[in-house]
Amino acid sequence: MASDTLTSSARTDAEITGLDALEIAGRDKEVSRGARIWAATWPKLAALAIAIAAWQIVVWTGWKPPYSLPPPLEVGRELVAQAQGPQLWDGLVTTLQRAALGYVFSVAVGLLLGLAVARSTVLRAAIGSMITALQTMPSIAWFPLAILLFELSEKAIFFVVVLGAAPSIANGVISGVDYVPPLLKRAGRNLGARGLNLYRYVIAPAALPAIVAGLKQGWAFSWRSLMAGELLVSGISQTSLGAQLTYSRELSDAPWLLSTMIVILVVGLVVDAAFGAADKAIRRRWGVLDQAGQ
Amino acid sequence: MTSTTTTPGSATTAVALSGVTKVYGRGTNAVLALDGVSLDVAPGEFVCLVGASGCGKSTLLNLVAGLDQVSGGQITLAGDANPGLMFQEPALFPWLTVDANVEVPLKLRRLPRAQRRERVAELLRTVHLADFGRKRPHELSGGMRQRVALARTLALDTPVLLMDEPFGALDAMTRDILHDELERIWSERKLSVLFVTHNVREAARLADRILLLSSRPGRIIYSTEVNIPRPRRIDSPEVAAIAAEVTERLRTEVGRHGQ
Repeated sequence: MASDTLTSSARTDAEITGLDALEIAGRDKEVSRGARIWAATWPKLAALAIAIAAWQIVVWTGWKPPYSLPPPLEVGRELVAQAQGPQLWDGLVTTLQRAALGYVFSVAVGLLLGLAVARSTVLRAAIGSMITALQTMPSIAWFPLAILLFELSEKAIFFVVVLGAAPSIANGVISGVDYVPPLLKRAGRNLGARGLNLYRYVIAPAALPAIVAGLKQGWAFSWRSLMAGELLVSGISQTSLGAQLTYSRELSDAPWLLSTMIVILVVGLVVDAAFGAADKAIRRRWGVLDQAGQ
Repeated sequence: MTSTTTTPGSATTAVALSGVTKVYGRGTNAVLALDGVSLDVAPGEFVCLVGASGCGKSTLLNLVAGLDQVSGGQITLAGDANPGLMFQEPALFPWLTVDANVEVPLKLRRLPRAQRRERVAELLRTVHLADFGRKRPHELSGGMRQRVALARTLALDTPVLLMDEPFGALDAMTRDILHDELERIWSERKLSVLFVTHNVREAARLADRILLLSSRPGRIIYSTEVNIPRPRRIDSPEVAAIAAEVTERLRTEVGRHGQ
């Protein structure tokens, strides 16, 4: 070990700093917040305008009588009127409570099940493919059985919501854990993360994108199952959004029916947007977001 | 199956392998990856392990790092050393900032927060990345990422560094500079390094001693001391002469498989 290593170190310092500056240059790109939001918003607004225009044109053609297909303006007025009364909000609260309860329970079941299957080869052989099979089962096909087991009750809806959502969430966890790069696991173990710490410091965060994808898909399934359930099991509750769809159809109240559908659509979009934001935040942190796009 | 053993208190060697054998698979499918490899790394020594592809270089480092179990023989590490391992890829955690990556081994050792922060800053200064702690790995160049990985490995406070072609994926310019960096850190911290590479010049540039590992099965077939004074340049005639000598041996070894 020669001590004159140090004499060359000042030069090396300059070289390193210079090289870093050259390689990093041009990587930071700032776009103003307002411009970003506008860029993300205007295509959505344009699409919405086109959809409403198409709807209005179909109404004008007289393809269906106005009592079965009302024009957008009339549905808009109904929506405003609904928003002022308690009925819509009661329905929304009832439905969202069911959704939250069913979803939270599905998340708990899905995460535990996914983790158990990912860890145990015996469990994987036993039920791994069954989880995928469950996932492909249309949730509405569960209702006859659910009604036999629990009658026309909240429990029947809950049962189907969980069966719809939990397998997707479990599958997200399984594929997330499966696809953790072995190199990261080796690095983690070498840094001293063993057993539970390996899960905490390496596997769980590395699996997060797939887990979020599973959670998002699980939400979509649980929301669909819930709507199907509320349509079928409408007798037990006057207020839920699904029940309001059924009643509005029975009363041939097309504006009410369509305004309720819009509310259902908006709820779905809002939750989806929340998952989308979470997914994007993760991808940005990980550096897998295309810098030119978005 | 003999497992990796750690014998404390042997002062003359930092890493000692005696008759290490590694077999993958069983029965007729069994592949002998390493066949009775014996080697020592003295404290503060820089040993380069050179070999053609498929010679079990990476297998050997995994065994020394305790990430895999030997099939036979013994690996002895001085003191309580838990050797640090670096790979060809930086293997940084993409969900963490540079700071947080370097902090992981410190957290796992349950150092208090204030101490961790101090150590992270000191380690990033060591690899000349003091200003980049808040960046994420993907915002850095390949050479910078590899330096973060080096800082993270140094955070283990281990006297033994195992390196698995750590500069293999870098361009020549960056690699030259990182050689200078690694040499400086090695001599400042008095590390014992076992450095695997297929780049003979790199080995001649860095090593106190070069070992040549044969292919299938891996066996040490040649060893040479490199007595060129430091600091060295990779393009110096002395380094080139040693590299030529080792390359000759390596070619003979590769040719043996073509017959």
